[in-house]
Amino acid sequence: MSKRSNLVVIGNGPVGHSFLESLVESGNSGNYNIIVFGEEPRPAYDRVHLTHWFKTRDAADINMVEEGFYQANDITLYTSDKITDIDRSRKVVTSQSGQEISYDKIILATGSFPFVPPVPGHKRDNVFVYRTIEDLEEITAAAQTGKVGTVIGGGLLGLEAAKALKDLELETHVVEFAPRLMAVQVDDGGGNMLRKKITDLGVSVHTQKNTQNISDGDNAFHKMSFADGEVLETDIIVFSAGIRPRDELARSSDLKLGERGGIVINNNCLTSDADIYAIGEVALWDNKIYGLIAPGNAMAQAACDHLTGAGTSEFAGADMSTKLKLMGVDVASIGDAHGNTPNSRSYTYVNDREEVYKKIVVSSDDKYLLGAVLIGDASEYGTLLQYMLNKMELPAEPEGLILPQTDGKSAGLGVDALPDTAQLCSCMNVTKADVVNAVEAGAVNIGDIKTVTKAATGCGGCSALVTQVLNSELEKLGVEVNTDLCEHFSYTRQDLLNIIRVEQIKSFEDLIAKHGSGLGCDICKPTVGSLLASCWNDYILKKPLHALQDTNDYFMGNMQKDGTYSIVPRIPGGEITPDKLIVLGEVAKKYNLYTKITGGQRVDLFGARSEQLPLIWQILVDAGFETGHAYGKSLRTVKSCVGSTWCRYGVQDSMEMAILLENRYKGLRSPHKLKMAVSGCTRECAEAQSKDVGIIATENGWNMYVCGNGGMKPRHADLFASDLDDVTLIRYIDRFYMFYVRTADRLQRTSVWMDNMEGGLDYLKSVIIDDKLSVCEELEKEMSGIVNTYQCEWKTTLKDPERMARFSHFVNSDKQDENVVFIQEREQIRPRNKTESIEVVTID
Amino acid sequence: MSKWVDICNLDEILPNMGRCALFEDQQVAIFRVIKAGKELLYAINNYCPFSEANVLSRGIIGSLADKVVIASPIYKQHFDLTNGLCVEDESVSLKTYEVRLEGNTVQLAG
Ligand code: SRM
Ligand SMILES: Cc1cc2nc3c(=O)[nH]c(=O)nc-3n(C[C@H](O)[C@H](O)[C@H](O)COP(=O)(O)OP(=O)(O)OC[C@H]3O[C@@H](n4cnc5c(N)ncnc54)[C@H](O)[C@@H]3O)c2cc1C
Ligand code: SF4
Ligand code: FES
Repeated sequence: MSKRSNLVVIGNGPVGHSFLESLVESGNSGNYNIIVFGEEPRPAYDRVHLTHWFKTRDAADINMVEEGFYQANDITLYTSDKITDIDRSRKVVTSQSGQEISYDKIILATGSFPFVPPVPGHKRDNVFVYRTIEDLEEITAAAQTGKVGTVIGGGLLGLEAAKALKDLELETHVVEFAPRLMAVQVDDGGGNMLRKKITDLGVSVHTQKNTQNISDGDNAFHKMSFADGEVLETDIIVFSAGIRPRDELARSSDLKLGERGGIVINNNCLTSDADIYAIGEVALWDNKIYGLIAPGNAMAQAACDHLTGAGTSEFAGADMSTKLKLMGVDVASIGDAHGNTPNSRSYTYVNDREEVYKKIVVSSDDKYLLGAVLIGDASEYGTLLQYMLNKMELPAEPEGLILPQTDGKSAGLGVDALPDTAQLCSCMNVTKADVVNAVEAGAVNIGDIKTVTKAATGCGGCSALVTQVLNSELEKLGVEVNTDLCEHFSYTRQDLLNIIRVEQIKSFEDLIAKHGSGLGCDICKPTVGSLLASCWNDYILKKPLHALQDTNDYFMGNMQKDGTYSIVPRIPGGEITPDKLIVLGEVAKKYNLYTKITGGQRVDLFGARSEQLPLIWQILVDAGFETGHAYGKSLRTVKSCVGSTWCRYGVQDSMEMAILLENRYKGLRSPHKLKMAVSGCTRECAEAQSKDVGIIATENGWNMYVCGNGGMKPRHADLFASDLDDVTLIRYIDRFYMFYVRTADRLQRTSVWMDNMEGGLDYLKSVIIDDKLSVCEELEKEMSGIVNTYQCEWKTTLKDPERMARFSHFVNSDKQDENVVFIQEREQIRPRNKTESIEVVTID
Repeated sequence: MSKWVDICNLDEILPNMGRCALFEDQQVAIFRVIKAGKELLYAINNYCPFSEANVLSRGIIGSLADKVVIASPIYKQHFDLTNGLCVEDESVSLKTYEVRLEGNTVQLAG
């Protein structure tokens, strides 16, 4: 029996661990005695997602090592024990705890450390770096007492650290030496846009600031003094000024290093010693250190292949393109982002209103993409990256790739045009062919693809592209993309609506018994609840419908993050009498509710405990208020301007129309919420063109707009019909809404419904104006059924003492939920946040 | 031996709904599930660890494959009512309690 050779892996970071996984996968791990040394107190964790630690503050959540991995594969791991010496002549390594181990081969995966410039004062208390779980623990502890936090360094990691400080509720500053943020990845224009967006988020950005000294502050723990004479006071400092390879072992054992550090490796990841490999952030390939995980993983694979002979992959450099979300801002950088290639051309699109900046850099003949910067909207990242990586020829006018498309089609390449070798996921090195093969082998959804190929399991930036390839392949195979509502119903929402209508089904129990299986779930129950309401409009808490409602509908309020509710009475058109305003003020005062004017021209009262809801609503109903359905997938508000009654420009009475419409459609349950607005003239003060149905007065009547949306993906409404009289306007809206209720998907706003409608606006007009489907009479009848059966749910509920009892927090006690605690801020209450909460609930 | 404590009448919990009970100073979410015509009762801790709020009794009851689950009303994670395990993240589990119907009275034990 041949003796197993000793393989020592130094460093148990993500790349060291990736090497171990590759080795095990290669089937050769049994040939080695594998001994791993890690300096940190725990096995490898996912440093890329370090910031996720804040979510639960539980290191286990970013652990990378599958349970039992080391034992099962006979790997010895020493944590909290760092290697202090490599004796290459005796072939022995020595650890801090004094272990001496002889080796045949070494894998150096010692990573890097954050560089802290030797500014006087850099060793003071409350100065941190952002690299390990321990760092985050220390920062969190310091944030308990500090008020202001400052990150030195406005690069990728610096901004991530700034986000963390912001989330710890510190006043946050970023100090950057260069004239712009993310100087490496983005150009001036992009840097400016990024700065604007980040400043909007409440982080102060200071560029061109050279920190010269850190000393005691007058009002805060530290005072930072800059070369230009300015100062900044802060309680906490986090350095994020770049990384340096941890090459000290290589240095002391005379392995070849780069001029500015880093262990020199060849394409097999071998160092100048044929028995020692170096991989990850400590390795220098072609004079470059790669500070990203994907190249590290590729090195791990190359080293494993060379060591075991099981494969032939080599490390041949890596693409450094990145896409990420920093504080909710999309940022992407591809290839030659700065346009450094001689004679390259660039095209730029800047939209100051939407705060979007996009630039592409192309070859002098416009044929090939060389680089790109995207700030604020990185939806083209996948497409652009593929053009560059695969050297695909660009369309005739390459600027079309970043210009907004007016016809709603994207100018990007179809995924079918991609070559099989196209790398879709760089983190996990997954090509289009890998995904195609997985589909052929039976993968039918993104979950399968993740399991089989690991695509989209790293940074996640590729998931949209991977999904596109998946769907296109499924289509080619004739597989229908699954549109079932959920596991309990193999029908779409539209199918179920038809079934309910045709079979006159009145309850969920009946529907699931005849057409479904199981008990239902939080997807199908509220959907069916909404469908039953759209068809029959029964009181939503009528037994057994009550059990279908989301907590918001059941309690007829919007649940807030601490379990309390908000209350939004209807204020049609935003018109309210002083007396009613006084009632709102009095109620809010009596129950100590946080009070805010909403974006929908009404008033929201927050912080009501469930047991207070009926008491509060009794007062409101007595004063003539009705529920505002802020909780329902139903009509929210009809915004209005004052119109011709007061305004010197108004041409119709927009106020009266808005009130009429709000009262007509209130309570209508629909696939998603509905918003409307009426403006008294073309100046459009009510913003009708951003609504599901918007109405703008003209000299001759009303212009009707449809399918607008604000929110996550704004869409301008389309002009549907002009100069309508009151009666025709209402007829069209009735038909429009009922047609939407019949045909849209669950949680699909009218904007998305329209974008997916075959035939688009013209088709919709042919149905609603020309009655092409001969359904208009029916649609109108259904709507009038809804209008005639409206009831204020709160009014009905208050009349029933049995229902009132259900609002108490405990079934067997009058006590309140003691986890609900408020803090005073700006003279009102707000929920206490995590840093203010002491652990009151224990769960075992 | 666990000691049974009277909590409420069965009809104080509507069919296919949850209610929160105070039991030995803890908030316990009790669920009344009608499955194939049978009355089933479940009890788990009311505290949702993802939202850090006492809200689970106010979620929607359902089934996923053969598990009977409750969906947290805030971020919609599902918890298996028989053992308290979170379906999306098995490292998270909630305490479960013994619950039974004695005549018309719902009772809990620790
Ligand atoms: C209160 C309010 C913000 C405010 O303080 O002003 C608000 C608050 C909420 N909005 Fe909003 N939205 C409010 C006006 C808006 C507006 C502006 C408007 O209506 O003119 C928009 C953009 C317009 C639009 O919808 O097209 C808006 C776009 C959203 C969206 C994104 C919708 C989309 O299609 O992208 C969501 C998320 C969703 O519905 O899925 C949302 C969801 C929410 C929810 C329901 C989130 C939640 O589930 O907890 C918030 C709960 C309110 C509560 O607890 O009472 N809210 N929300 C506004 C209430 C208006 C009202 O009187 O009813
Ligand atoms: C906050 C943050 C966010 C990031 N985000 C991204 C991202 O979005 N995308 C991306 O691609 N990359 C990202 N990165 C970079 C990525 O984490 C690194 O590329 C990756 O961690 C490199 O892995 P490594 O194993 O080479 O080095 P390391 O992660 O540094 O691991 C090396 C390990 O070796 C140990 N060690 C060092 N010397 C010794 C010794 N002598 N003996 C024993 N053990 C030793 C160290 O303690 C460490 O545990 C991010 C990094 C951070 C800090
Ligand atoms: S939309 Fe027209 S009528 Fe209404 S307030 Fe503006 S200018 Fe006046
Ligand atoms: S590119 Fe990062 S997960 Fe695919």
